[in-house]
Amino acid sequence: MSLSLGFLVKRPGMLSLIQDAGRFGAFNVGLTNGGPIDSAAFQWANRLCVNELNATAIEISLGGLALIAQLDTTIAVTGANMPLTINGQIKELWRSHHVKTGDVIKLGFATQGVRSYLAVAGGFTIPESFGSTSTVCREGIGGLSGEKLKGGDILPCASKYRATNLILIERLRPRFSKEAILRTIPSYQQQHFSSQQQRLFFSSEYTVSKSFDRMGYRLEGKKILCDIDGILSEGICHGAVQIPPDGQPIVLMNDRQTIGGYPKIGAVSSIDTAKLGQLNQGCKVRFEPISMEQAHNIFHLNLSSFNRTELTVCD
Amino acid sequence: MSANIKINIAGENALIIYFSGHTSSEISTRVQHAEQFIRHAMKDELLIDIIDLVPSYASVMVMFNLTTTDHHKVRNKLRALLYNLDEDAQIVNNVEQFSLIELPVYYALESGPDLTAIAKRAKISIKDVIEIHQAQEYRVYAIGFAPGFAYLGDVDERIAFPRLSTPRMKVPKGAVAIADKQTAIYPNVSPGGWNIIGLCPIDMFDATSTPTMPVKVGDKVKFKSISKDEYIYLGGELPLSLEPVI
Repeated sequence: MSLSLGFLVKRPGMLSLIQDAGRFGAFNVGLTNGGPIDSAAFQWANRLCVNELNATAIEISLGGLALIAQLDTTIAVTGANMPLTINGQIKELWRSHHVKTGDVIKLGFATQGVRSYLAVAGGFTIPESFGSTSTVCREGIGGLSGEKLKGGDILPCASKYRATNLILIERLRPRFSKEAILRTIPSYQQQHFSSQQQRLFFSSEYTVSKSFDRMGYRLEGKKILCDIDGILSEGICHGAVQIPPDGQPIVLMNDRQTIGGYPKIGAVSSIDTAKLGQLNQGCKVRFEPISMEQAHNIFHLNLSSFNRTELTVCD
Repeated sequence: MSANIKINIAGENALIIYFSGHTSSEISTRVQHAEQFIRHAMKDELLIDIIDLVPSYASVMVMFNLTTTDHHKVRNKLRALLYNLDEDAQIVNNVEQFSLIELPVYYALESGPDLTAIAKRAKISIKDVIEIHQAQEYRVYAIGFAPGFAYLGDVDERIAFPRLSTPRMKVPKGAVAIADKQTAIYPNVSPGGWNIIGLCPIDMFDATSTPTMPVKVGDKVKFKSISKDEYIYLGGELPLSLEPVI
C-alpha cells in the first residue's frame, strides 16, 4: 500500500488544522505552542480511536470540512456539536465509526461550541517540524505546509480498521453553553492593579468580541486600569490575561506570541481556556480568582476523572 | 538565595524568574547564565519536569509538566540551581560562548522609508542616522514575538524613535527597524509598528537549516552598510512599495 493514501480534502471548511498535543521546547527561536484549543475533546477523539493521546488529528473550527476516505479505517469526531455524516447518513459524535474506501465524511456547522476534533486510528502520519505536527498558520509551521487545510490536500494515515467501535456515553460528555466561568490565578503584574480594579475585573461580565482566534480572545466589558503602561517584554504563558491600554482583557491562547510587554493580571486555568475556546462572538464570561493550589487540584481531579472514565463498546 | 532573584507565579504550569525590573547588559548576562544552567539541568534529568523556557530582557519564564510535578518542587529546584548563580557562572566552563555577528544592511530611502523622519526629529542628516546605527555593537536581549524575531539593544539615544502611532499592515521581510532603544530585523512579512531604516538580505529564520537562526540570545550584532547591488547579489529583494507612514 502506498504511503500517501489517507483522506482527500474535498472541502476544507472555515479553518481546519492538523494538530498534535503541541510544540514544546522551541520558545528560544520564538515558536509558540500551538496544539488543540480544547485538549480534552482532542484526547477523547484519540481515545475513541485507541490511539496515543497525542496522535495527530484535525481541529475543525466552526465546521464545513468534507473528506473522502482512500482506505478502510476507523474515525471519531468529538467536541462542538457539528453534524457528522458519512455518505449522507447522520452519525453520532463522541463515538468511533468504520469508514471504507470512497466514503464521504462531512461536518456541518457547529450549533453549540466552536471546535471539533477528527481523529483516525493510528493518527495522521504528518512529518514533525520542531518536534510537533501542530499547525501554527501565523508562523507557517507544522501541518502539511504550515497552512490550514485546503481542497485537494491528502492527509496520509495507515489503514487500521478497529474490530469494535467505542462510545463515550452521553451523560459523560462535556456540555457546551454560551457562557463560561474562567477560573484565574492572579499572577504576573497583579500588584499593579489596585484592589478596586481587581474587584471590578473579578465581578464584571465580559463578552467575547469579534476578535477571537487561536492566538487570543479579546473580550469587551468594564475597562480595567493598570498603574503602569507597559513592562519589559517577558514570557507569556498559556491563558495569560493581558490588559492593554484600552483596558479590555485579552486571554492568550495556544498560538499566542511568546513574549510581550503589556501588563497581565493573571492566567486562566487550562480547563477553562478550553471552555473559552468553545465560545464565539457574543458569548459571556466571568473571571473567578483561584489560588495556584486550587488550580492544581482542579487539574488533577479532572485528569483522574478523565483516566477513570471508561469508553463503552458499541458495535 | 542569590540576591535580586524573585520567582513568581505566571500561570497554572508556569513560573517566572525575575532578575530585575530594568534592562542592562549585566542583567542580560545573568538571564543567559540562568537559562543555560536550567537547560543543562533539563538534559541531566534533574529538571526533566520543565518543558520549555522563555528567556527575555530581565526574566526567564519556566513552563513545567503539571502531570508530574508542582510549582513548589519546581521552585525549590530552581532556587537550589540558581543559589550561587554569579559565582557558579564564573567557575563552570560549560557556559556557552557568544559570537559577534555582522549583518549587511542596505540603508536607503527606498529601503528605509522612516529614515527621513528620524533624521528630521534628531536634527541630523540621514547619513548620520545610518552612521550611528552602524557604529554600535548590539546585544541580542530576547527572541520572541514571532519566529526568529531578535530584540537588539541598546540603540543610541539620538536615533531612538518611538513606535509608529498606526502600525503598518505589511512590513517586508528583512526590514531593519527601530522602536525606542531597540532595533530588530523582521524575519518575515508581518504587520508592525517599528520605524524601518533599511533591508537586510540574510534570512533571520529558516526552519529547514540548523541552527534555524544566525543569532542567539547573548550574541552581539553589528550592522554593515552595503550597496543596492550587493543587497540584490546577496539575495535581497526590493518590496514593491514602502511608503512612509505619516
